[in-house]
Amino acid sequence: MLPDSAPLSAATATSPAEEVLTVEHVSKSFGDNHVLQDFSLTLHRGENLVVLGKSGSGKSVLIKCIIGLLPVDAGRITVLGQEVGALGHDELDQLRTKVGFLFQSNALYDSMTVRENLLFPLRRHWMADRRGQEESMVMQALDDVGLVETIDKMPAELSGGQRKRIALARTLIIPPEIILYDEPTTGLDPITAREISQLIREVQQKYTTSSIIISHDMNCVRLTADRVALLVEGRCYAEGTFQELQQLDDPIVREFFV
Amino acid sequence: MNSTILAETGAITNFAWRFFRHGFRPRYEVQELLYQCYVVGYQSLPLVGITGFIMGIVLTLQSRPTMAQFGAESWIPTMVGLTIVREMGPIITALIFAGKIGSSIGAELGSMRVTEQIDAMEVAGTNPFKYLVVTRVLATTLMLPILTLLADAIALYAAYIGINLKGVTTLALFTNNIISTLTFGDVVPAVIKTFFFGFAVGIIGCYKGYNANKGTEGVGRAANSAVVVSSLVIFLLDLLAVQITSALGLN
Ligand SMILES: Nc1ncnc2c1ncn2[C@@H]1O[C@H](COP(=O)(O)OP(=O)(O)OP(=O)(O)O)[C@@H](O)[C@H]1O
Ligand SMILES: [Mg+2]
Repeated sequence: MLPDSAPLSAATATSPAEEVLTVEHVSKSFGDNHVLQDFSLTLHRGENLVVLGKSGSGKSVLIKCIIGLLPVDAGRITVLGQEVGALGHDELDQLRTKVGFLFQSNALYDSMTVRENLLFPLRRHWMADRRGQEESMVMQALDDVGLVETIDKMPAELSGGQRKRIALARTLIIPPEIILYDEPTTGLDPITAREISQLIREVQQKYTTSSIIISHDMNCVRLTADRVALLVEGRCYAEGTFQELQQLDDPIVREFFV
Repeated sequence: MNSTILAETGAITNFAWRFFRHGFRPRYEVQELLYQCYVVGYQSLPLVGITGFIMGIVLTLQSRPTMAQFGAESWIPTMVGLTIVREMGPIITALIFAGKIGSSIGAELGSMRVTEQIDAMEVAGTNPFKYLVVTRVLATTLMLPILTLLADAIALYAAYIGINLKGVTTLALFTNNIISTLTFGDVVPAVIKTFFFGFAVGIIGCYKGYNANKGTEGVGRAANSAVVVSSLVIFLLDLLAVQITSALGLN
């Protein structure tokens, strides 16, 4: 049913931009549940790459493998020139400061206020040139997501959309080179979802970050994607720009674009 | 059943081993450790105080009739003092501590695990094991002995009150009586074992929470089994302690 060879490529010409992240022939299983099978993907500098896939297809597993939260069974993941699986604890921590990760569940620290949530990554990575600036960095990050007034609230006091935005602010507070977004707009109303999508675009332009965005919200995909990859049954089934995939005449691809 | 107990014991031992490997290498989470000491110690104060007080009074009142039968009422302070310092103080305080702190550590880390907060710390370039587990285990290990000494003192004072309910003694006489009977062999092993009790409560609570299963059910189970397992381990350690002290001739 699936083509054995390379993914359906709709791209007319590949850009020569620098590769910041590559996933090569990665497989990952949980017992008998083969989630990723020989999955490959490349992210170029300054690009927003959307990974589309059905619920349970292994999108979250994919980016958890990329950040090293889950070990891969086979294959190789390279982030900013370093192979994730081969790094020691300290090197991995160092690499992670350059990679932002937005959790599907937000994962805000519920025993801390919004301010402390944002200060946490700052305090952890003490840098001399930032001394005394933490407070203004927190304000800046909150301003970016338009939630300055929530600074002293606890996460439990925030709405779902606000929590998502605070989580985004926490991800962006030390501007990362690469951001991995796990369903940034799921569960939000269409207006907030559009705001978040626009925010993702702004961040890309402001900090020239490269991002992998996991989503099945087609509006978000349309707004944010430079390129789209389709994850079907553990493989990269097709890739190309939004328009290209939209025009592809393949039954599986069509299902996503109705 | 037997194999799950074995597997669990192995996993907890492994977890404890990881504590010793990670705990004594930088970076040290001093601020978080102090905060945890405050939380762990301060939160249990009222409960430990009340149970200590009741323990002292009840022991005195219960032993009075028997002692009176033998005409040994003047021995009550000595007997109660020994019972409290050697056994009742450490074990009751440890069990209360396991119920209060063990369950709250299990639930807290469990819900952090389930809501991916532990993963979030890891992604933020922090070692969550050091930040969450090492600090909590050190805090319980250091705080339980202090709480126990406090409970002992309160229980002894309550015993003094208990004696005065039906008879008379002065505080000076009572104190003198106890201090002159308590020996090195009574106090030191009793204090040492509370460090182990505290360590057990911390490491088991953290282990259960850190490895909690997904879902709210997992959090409840983590909190619950943290209490059950650490209470059991406290009794086992106590049994071990009494064997060791008698082998050393301290009984
Ligand atoms: N830690 C884990 N242990 C065992 N199985 C897991 C684990 N994490 C994920 N899985 C399994 O891997 C599969 C893919 O899960 P994943 O969370 O990646 O899906 P997803 O594509 O992100 O779905 P959604 O869009 O609903 O978030 C699921 O079948 C899930 O049960
Ligand atoms: Mg997911």
